[in-house]
Amino acid sequence: MKAPDLTALSIGELQPLLRKREVSAREVIEALRTRIATVEPKIEAYLSLDFDDALKQAEKSDVSLPLGGVPLAIKDIISVAGQPCTCASKILRNYRAVFDATVIHNLKAAGAIPFGKTNLDEFAMGASTENSSVKVTRNPWDLSRVPGGSSGGSAAAVAADAAFGAIGTDTGGSIRQPAALCGVVGLKPSYGRVSRYGLVAFASSLDQAGPLTKTVRDASILLNVMAGPDPRDSTCLNEKVPDYTAALKGNVRGVRLGLPKEYMIEGIDKQVRAAIEKAVEHFRSLGAEVVDISLPHTEYAIASYYMIASAEASANLARFDGVRYGYRAENPRDLFDHYSRTRQEGFGPEVKRRIILGTYVLSSGYYEAYYARAQKVRTLIRRDFTEAFAKVDALISPTSPVPAFPIGERHSDPLQMYLADVFTNAANLAGICGINLPCGFAQTENGTQLPIGLQLLGRPFDEGRILQIAQAYEQSTDWHKQRPSLPITEMS
Amino acid sequence: MADPVQIDVAHIATLARLHITEEERNLFQTQLARVLEYAEKLQEPDTSQVDAAAHAVPIHNVFREDEARSGLSVADALSNAPHQANDLFIVTKVVE
Repeated sequence: MKAPDLTALSIGELQPLLRKREVSAREVIEALRTRIATVEPKIEAYLSLDFDDALKQAEKSDVSLPLGGVPLAIKDIISVAGQPCTCASKILRNYRAVFDATVIHNLKAAGAIPFGKTNLDEFAMGASTENSSVKVTRNPWDLSRVPGGSSGGSAAAVAADAAFGAIGTDTGGSIRQPAALCGVVGLKPSYGRVSRYGLVAFASSLDQAGPLTKTVRDASILLNVMAGPDPRDSTCLNEKVPDYTAALKGNVRGVRLGLPKEYMIEGIDKQVRAAIEKAVEHFRSLGAEVVDISLPHTEYAIASYYMIASAEASANLARFDGVRYGYRAENPRDLFDHYSRTRQEGFGPEVKRRIILGTYVLSSGYYEAYYARAQKVRTLIRRDFTEAFAKVDALISPTSPVPAFPIGERHSDPLQMYLADVFTNAANLAGICGINLPCGFAQTENGTQLPIGLQLLGRPFDEGRILQIAQAYEQSTDWHKQRPSLPITEMS
Repeated sequence: MADPVQIDVAHIATLARLHITEEERNLFQTQLARVLEYAEKLQEPDTSQVDAAAHAVPIHNVFREDEARSGLSVADALSNAPHQANDLFIVTKVVE
């Protein structure tokens, strides 16, 4: 098989070739290296690559394992022993992880080969990957546009066939939104489904790691390995892990889907709205029942989210003090100067904004009005979902109100950027699971087409259900088969 | 509640041990005032009968066996240190 054909495969298509030894793990790595050399100058999805190590792992890979010989890209906020873990920040620019995150441990034990670290908004704070202190990643469908964020490098790499699959993290939509903008599948597991040990913490009550893949089946394959309890993360629940690939069987006849009326608001791009309405009709034609539903506290989700996420971030990022690891300012006058200049020089603007916002809402006199209030509103948002899931099996909505926006368009306006999460961050507040899947394209004025994403939200620990519904949609449409035609010279 | 536009960015930055320039102070002041103005929404819903949710999944008392296991080696722990010597972190002077 020629290299370009090989990298176009999904994980589910690659596995039988590896198992039947029609290709070797080494050939897969070489094909990927060639593909990345071709597309990476255009999209800039990766922060670091280690093919020498990947080839060593490939040589000893056991293809009988669930992910034997499957290379994976990892968002550069997840620790992979011996590889850089920069969080796209200056403060961790020279940091190398000294242990594996539990998700990485699980993936490696299943035979996967983590070979490269992908770009992100610094410390996962952003919705466009423009907050990376290293470089701007470009959307493979239109290089003048953002890939979304914060897992923008992971999404762009998968969309450009520069990765078979990738691992991202989602605190307020950071897997689902870039997946939508790049036209790939992205799953945010329920809070507590996947261990957070070894993820550089942004907001500990919201963060979850999950897969970005070419197909729903691939997301199931990866979740099978990633999920499960972990003695190193007490918030990771002791719940059995079903076989998520087995859950993909069957149709959606009789399945009840709720369409939250608060999500079909003004401000949704016309083409996005049309694609979602078409998807709803498609689900009906497959035998699903789609009913209107209300999540009355939706309009408070963004405010609640940014108070809570920033508060937790300000506490989590206090650890970056230039003492035991990371950047340290030169010649500090005293300890205060050491801390404040290290952090001044080491953090980018968005991270500073969130530290200040978080410190403010936690400070004496404002705690009750902002932080405590946001936590109470969080309870109301959770209740909305509990009540909705008593009536329906899953919720359906757009993932992002707009397709990929031009690089630079929202970068100078933090509030506009925060509103990009309008349909995704309630799921993190409520701890439920959600998945993005491609459901159409928007045409731009300059003739490019941009992917549109559909979001399915499911009950806590009901990933099997949303994967099954997603699979039924994907297998009866061909959106997921379309790939961007990157303006590059294909190598033969 | 105080007017959010009055947010004292310089004071908050000191609390957060984060030096900021005059330019950053002015920029953040304006941007964060807008964000906090937006957050005023949170005062609208009735939360008088509602408990605060610190976590999405309320779980308590998670136990595991108290078994000894190896941690980081000295070399690993020091491998990312900005300054080190004699198997120790070199830190900025703490006492006068």
